[in-house]
Amino acid sequence: MAMSETASMGGVEDRTIPCVGRVSARRIESSDVVTLDVETPEGPVRYAPGQFNMLTAFGVGESAISISGDPASGRLTHTVRAVGPVSRALCNLRPGDAIGVRGPFGVGWPIGTAATRDLLFVAGGLGLAPLRPAIYAALAERSRYGKIAILYGARSPDSIIFRRELEGWRGRFDLHVEATVDHALDDWRGHVGVVTNLISQVEFDAEQATAFACGPEIMMRFVAQALVAREMRESDIHLSMERNMKCGYGQCGHCQFGPFFVCRDGPVFAYEAIRPLLALREI
Amino acid sequence: METLERILGEQPFFAGLNPEFLRLATGCANNVRFAAGEFICKEDDPADRFYLVRHGHVALQLFAPGRGAMTFQTVGPGEMFGMSWIAPPYKWTYDARALELTRALAVDGLCLRDKCDHDHDLGYELMQRFLSRTIESLHATRLQLLDVYGAKV
Repeated sequence: MAMSETASMGGVEDRTIPCVGRVSARRIESSDVVTLDVETPEGPVRYAPGQFNMLTAFGVGESAISISGDPASGRLTHTVRAVGPVSRALCNLRPGDAIGVRGPFGVGWPIGTAATRDLLFVAGGLGLAPLRPAIYAALAERSRYGKIAILYGARSPDSIIFRRELEGWRGRFDLHVEATVDHALDDWRGHVGVVTNLISQVEFDAEQATAFACGPEIMMRFVAQALVAREMRESDIHLSMERNMKCGYGQCGHCQFGPFFVCRDGPVFAYEAIRPLLALREI
Repeated sequence: METLERILGEQPFFAGLNPEFLRLATGCANNVRFAAGEFICKEDDPADRFYLVRHGHVALQLFAPGRGAMTFQTVGPGEMFGMSWIAPPYKWTYDARALELTRALAVDGLCLRDKCDHDHDLGYELMQRFLSRTIESLHATRLQLLDVYGAKV
């Protein structure tokens, strides 16, 4: 947990203080999404797929951003959509610029416990970013798993992120990759429709499958329902939740989600654990 | 005819249908094939059939001047399209175009409507199935309309 140990005061770890890293590379994924590689003074970092960091755009603010890179690389990679002042400032960083990093925080995808099972990765929009480390981890040990399917939904063809990688994965014989968009013009030859439509097109053993879904919460609800309709157990479906994470380790209470703190107990939860909460407006 | 009946019975839409009903429906069906890029129907054409896709993909589109053809849904193997033959004014409300070589079963809506009028048990069974597909389609459309992947503001 190198990142959480980087900031210390008087020898006592202080997870509220970011370490200062540098942006080493910047890639434009779509009109409002950027991927940043970040180098920290501590060198290679370790994290679990699905964890997140609190990133600081100095002088603007801090935001919770999932780690989107290959966990085996030792490199810290984040994919950010420019939505508000902080994320816009992060997206505008250039190689060499300073960036604050606290983390990694949270509970990630239970990819290790899914060995021998079929894996379904269902992502919507920017939700492919938190799933990508888990996909890398599964592909690094491909023979440990059964069938692997990656289903991705985006708003339009030009909003697809990690396009080159998706195309590469699609070319593999041991992966089933499908992408769909909500709207397209005539030059798009792929699927059009919601990502839940793709679930019926994938072969998997519902008894022996584990699903990982990430995207807008409303999308994940319907994905989970579609998977349950395919007779998957709720305990085998995992969702990455998003709430107003501030401290990152369950102290401030901003991301309380019923009995959970999303930053500490999540962001990844079994559908079984949170299904009753998803329908509540009051939390 | 027996082969067509088996093929029709293998389509998810007709799966589990009473054999007598399946035989009646088969009498209204035939195999069709479309080349890549070929229009299967056009908006405002008389809607006298529906299609069950067996191979290939079909884009359902609306054309807008200045923007061209906009695809709002694609339909692939095991899926169906075409509901306008069920209710007046019996007109297609979109264009359907084969994205690649596409094989499908075309079911004559006039023929099927006639059989449903004469056998209400058949009609009830089929209308339940069409209603189920309509609900699924509405559900998916709601999600598309919500633009859930758009940035939160």
